[in-house]
Amino acid sequence: MSLNPNYTKYHPKWYRKRIPIFWWMQKWAYTKFILRELTSLAVAFYAVVLLLQIRALAQGPEAYANFLNWLKTPVSIVLHGVALLFVLFHSITWFNLSPKALVFRLGKKRIPDALIAGSNYAAWVVFSAAIVWMILTI
Amino acid sequence: MKKNIDPFWWGLFGAGGAISAISIPVLLFLNGLAIPLGWLEPPAYEDFFTLVKHPLTRLFLFALISLSLLHWAHRFRFTLYDGLQVKHLNELIAILCYGTAIAVTFVAGYILWRF
Repeated sequence: MSLNPNYTKYHPKWYRKRIPIFWWMQKWAYTKFILRELTSLAVAFYAVVLLLQIRALAQGPEAYANFLNWLKTPVSIVLHGVALLFVLFHSITWFNLSPKALVFRLGKKRIPDALIAGSNYAAWVVFSAAIVWMILTI
Repeated sequence: MKKNIDPFWWGLFGAGGAISAISIPVLLFLNGLAIPLGWLEPPAYEDFFTLVKHPLTRLFLFALISLSLLHWAHRFRFTLYDGLQVKHLNELIAILCYGTAIAVTFVAGYILWRF
């Protein structure tokens, strides 16, 4: 037994300030970060809607007509409207961040950020135009 | 073990982020807003069926749906982790997120395979 009062067997617990649950509402930059992360919910929502549409298409014309009627309900329109805003936010933030994740080199020179982000935007425009053209000419 | 498997999920997160960023806005706008609101004529059932029946279309749809869900799983998991700071539920949240994404991926594979 030690008589030294300063001696403890265990490591002292560090003092840590508790962070409030809504810490991300204190600054717009934090809120934007959380909103950006929450775009994943809109992405998942649309993946599921797309799968349901494919399933209805596989089940036959009647099931498909029912699905198209559901798409016309106010609930669906509002959900899709909100999801579109989030998905657009996802696309823009994703393309703008892409140069940070993709570092390409040509010889010793690093391919500039603007070129990498730009090619993402270009792919976006080309793909979107191709889908619109497909739906219009089908 | 956890340290070793994170890059794998991150890779799927990245692939899903890219494919969803490029393809979802236009598909969502046309299918979910422009056609239901009557701004565009919907394609005839048979034409749409033939388009989706094509193996390349089905392959693309499978990649889009599964990678989008895996993207969600990874991102949403860390949103809960950072936003709510629920450290003690970390494992449960990871299992629920990745588990849901994998389950729906199997459903998508089944539906598209049998289409």
